[in-house]
Amino acid sequence: MATDQNELADHIRASLGEAVLATDIAYGQLTVTAVPEEIVRVVTFLRDDPKCLFFCFTSICGADYPGREKRFDVVYQFLSPRLNQRIRVKVQVDDATPVPSLMEVYPAANWYERETYDLYGVLFSGHGDLRRILTDYGFEGHPLRKDFPLTGFVEVRYDNEQGRVVYEPVRLQQELRNFDFLSPWEGTDYVLPGDEKAKQ
Amino acid sequence: MAEHDIRNFSINFGPQHPAAHGVLRLVLELDGEVVDRVDPHIGLLHRGTEKFCEYKPYLQCIPYFDRLDYVAPMNQEHAFCLAVEKLVGVDIPKRAQLIRVLYSEIGRILSHLLNVTTQAMDVGALTPPLWGFEEREKLMGFYERASGSRLHANYFRFGGVRQDLPPDLINDIEAWCDPFLRIVDDLHNLVMENRIFKQRNVDIATITIEDCWRWGFSGPIVRSCGAAWDLRKAQPYECYEELDFDIPVGKNGDNYDRQLIRMEEMRQSVRIMRQCITKLRAPEGQGAVRSNDGKVAPPSRKEMKRSMEALIHHFKLFTEGFHVPAGEVYVPIEAPKGEFGVYLVADGTNKAHRCYIRAPGYAHLQAMDFLCKGHMLADVAGILGSIDIVFGEVDR
Repeated sequence: MATDQNELADHIRASLGEAVLATDIAYGQLTVTAVPEEIVRVVTFLRDDPKCLFFCFTSICGADYPGREKRFDVVYQFLSPRLNQRIRVKVQVDDATPVPSLMEVYPAANWYERETYDLYGVLFSGHGDLRRILTDYGFEGHPLRKDFPLTGFVEVRYDNEQGRVVYEPVRLQQELRNFDFLSPWEGTDYVLPGDEKAKQ
Repeated sequence: MAEHDIRNFSINFGPQHPAAHGVLRLVLELDGEVVDRVDPHIGLLHRGTEKFCEYKPYLQCIPYFDRLDYVAPMNQEHAFCLAVEKLVGVDIPKRAQLIRVLYSEIGRILSHLLNVTTQAMDVGALTPPLWGFEEREKLMGFYERASGSRLHANYFRFGGVRQDLPPDLINDIEAWCDPFLRIVDDLHNLVMENRIFKQRNVDIATITIEDCWRWGFSGPIVRSCGAAWDLRKAQPYECYEELDFDIPVGKNGDNYDRQLIRMEEMRQSVRIMRQCITKLRAPEGQGAVRSNDGKVAPPSRKEMKRSMEALIHHFKLFTEGFHVPAGEVYVPIEAPKGEFGVYLVADGTNKAHRCYIRAPGYAHLQAMDFLCKGHMLADVAGILGSIDIVFGEVDR
């Protein structure tokens, strides 16, 4: 399988040229990094090319890397039942530039792109129905971003007087515990805070 | 006709509706009694599982996976454990593999029993769910005796399972197999041969294999369209390679074929369970049920009291957890409902950077519009039942 994947990666790079930025094989899985503007061409090629035939849609998801200039990854996964291979296509985007939608190539992209928009705020051009999907009606913010707190901003309760559910700013009975887990397993290679005083 | 203002009629199906299999709101646009458009509104059971997984050490994420597809909890744990094990590179002892497969197949039967029988309820029969739930209850008893809880087992661990099965439990599971096959036959006669069930399901929501791939379908739905695609055979994980079982394949790709396939898969699952039990008793199936890599799997209680190193491992594992080397994997398994996958991005710390959960029901549910268009309103419940939706995994 490993040689197959190398050949496949070479084939994809040779056929798509500039649209593919990199290919990588790790843990026996092939990842292709593509140019966001070219994603429709890349995915259509992967679907139709007789050496690829990734015609089974698996998923689209986002990932957030706040340290990067283009902070989001949009990760597409496809399956080729014919070759019994999987492929992962990644593009890097920021929160302002839209990625072309895959609705025309795979109808299944619809909800997955809505979900990526909902949870990360990545925009998709040509989608046509980019509503929120998993979060509440009228929800604000994009909850899977790393700068969105785990507790969120609002909590809901049923208000007896008003006879409806009301939103209030979240109040925690106990501060959210966030532990520092930086200590290594095999002894430290750095000076623990406070230790530098002991040497003086 | 021309004088009258004819317009389509919109109704809300759910969020609370017995045939919605949970909390689903369907906005239906009807032309008379024919469905014109379906707009499913989901997310009413969204609990932010993926967000939680980014904030917890890996070990503490396992219980969240029970709560995804809550009718077959251990299958979900299995996918997550396999993903982490792939990144860490830990070996799983033979006995643990067999126990995992045994319990995954119990999960498959749990899920299929619920689906087939509630499908019968959706189209009007009340008795089958009672028959199905009786067997489910026994299987949950097996869950409880292995893990301590009937439903949210939290039994699988990285590098194995939490603890070994008692020998009489293995005997009881074996004793359950034969009577259950008779019940499957009874169910077949009661439900599958039933005239009303056939009238309500045959040739409803027929799909082609090309549509299946385009819509990202998997599991029994793909197989009902004639493709012998099963990840347990195609991309074997755990010890499925050594086990002997068949993949049932349908012809028509309609509601009825999907249910027939689920019925046959239950029989095949029993066949796999029997082989697992035989192997669990054989010499090759003896030994540890967890990896002996102290950096991933905690030591036994006895060892922990005696060995300093084991004590350190125990302390580190249950406070900080282990660190997973940076990398990303997508690990799919054949869950009862289709391909359940975990896309895990690790950044070298003790918590996942990103844990995307690919639920089969999500892809199936979004095709409701495609499946229902042109069908009658009464078929919506039947179609929803046949694609086997559980909201725990759709909403995550």
